[in-house]
Amino acid sequence: MGKSIVVTSGKGGVGKTTTAANIGTGLAQIGRRVCLVDADIGLRNLDVVMGLENRIVYDLIDVVEGHCRVRSALIKDKRLDNLFLLPAAQTREKDAVNPEQMKVLMEELKKEFDYVLVDCPAGIEQGFKNAVAGADVAIIVTTPEVSAVRDADRIVGLLEASELYEPHLIINRIRPDMIRKGDMMTTDDIIDILAIKLLGIVPDDESIIISTNRGEPAVLDKKSLSGQAFRNIVRRLEGASVPFLPLEETSMVKRILRLFGRS
Amino acid sequence: MLEWLSRLFGATEQSKDKAKERLRLVLVQDRAILSPGLLDALKEEMINVLSKYMEIDEQGLEVNLDSSDDSVALVANIPVRKVKRKL
Ligand SMILES: Nc1ncnc2c1ncn2[C@@H]1O[C@H](COP(=O)(O)OP(=O)(O)O)[C@@H](O)[C@H]1O
Ligand SMILES: [Mg+2]
Repeated sequence: MGKSIVVTSGKGGVGKTTTAANIGTGLAQIGRRVCLVDADIGLRNLDVVMGLENRIVYDLIDVVEGHCRVRSALIKDKRLDNLFLLPAAQTREKDAVNPEQMKVLMEELKKEFDYVLVDCPAGIEQGFKNAVAGADVAIIVTTPEVSAVRDADRIVGLLEASELYEPHLIINRIRPDMIRKGDMMTTDDIIDILAIKLLGIVPDDESIIISTNRGEPAVLDKKSLSGQAFRNIVRRLEGASVPFLPLEETSMVKRILRLFGRS
Repeated sequence: MLEWLSRLFGATEQSKDKAKERLRLVLVQDRAILSPGLLDALKEEMINVLSKYMEIDEQGLEVNLDSSDDSVALVANIPVRKVKRKL
């Protein structure tokens, strides 16, 4: 029996879809059987981030309404044999599916896959309730901004109300230059406020945009720093203890040493 | 460099400190309003404790959060009917 993980945030545009695509691809890269589920009904995106938009035949709603079997709706990844996507319906409303149906779907997918990763829509309404139904674990994505962290706090409470405890936090789009100037909240600042477990930190990185342009998740790019961040997250999910990337180094000495390639 | 020097001497306020402080205040409000029954449960326990010392008008008791620019206060208005002479 596999594990289902929902990637959520409250606020839109903080990097849920990017995170789901990269973690899913990263897990598949180390051999796990992974199914990505796009639960953002009506605003489907995970397919384009994965570069699979031209292969869609059936979608999540077709499956829950019984128009097709789960297997026939799953799209196999171009690069990895053990990675699949269940796309969201584009022409339907969020209430075309309910939490009970999602739970059944998750149970079915967990029989086939080691990991089922659900990309949650923004907001706290029906779409959120559907996406968290049947999840064993929640990952909350935030950025180092007041509004995103506030929404993350709200999500922690709502997850508890759905009996999803101890969510993991990913802080996305960290800008080391702004941290050094004191113009961006640090990981410690945010953890201090939210009091939840940190799963990973991801830099604000051009390679995310470039990889999204290509439909190739950054985690596949060995040279990408954000790719490295996601590979570290994947290893932590698998139970390894991996140090966080030094994105918040403020010590002058260490920075100068690094400048000269000493660290 | 100039920027670094001025920060060394504490001349400029770092905007992240402002962010953190505002976040702390807004979350006091959010959590109090949003966790269902928190203020009611608090009211009830306050009544229990206070009743040991005085007779209070339970109906008239009010507990609220009052926020200003840089702080949030728990404000209680508790009408007292009688105070006990001895514990
Ligand atoms: N670490 C990052 N660095 C740079 N751009 C990013 C990063 N994470 C996300 N983005 C960009 O931010 C936008 C929103 O990301 P997305 O994953 O779609 O967010 P969500 O699913 O939460 O709405 C996208 O254009 C994405 O490419
Ligand atoms: Mg999204």
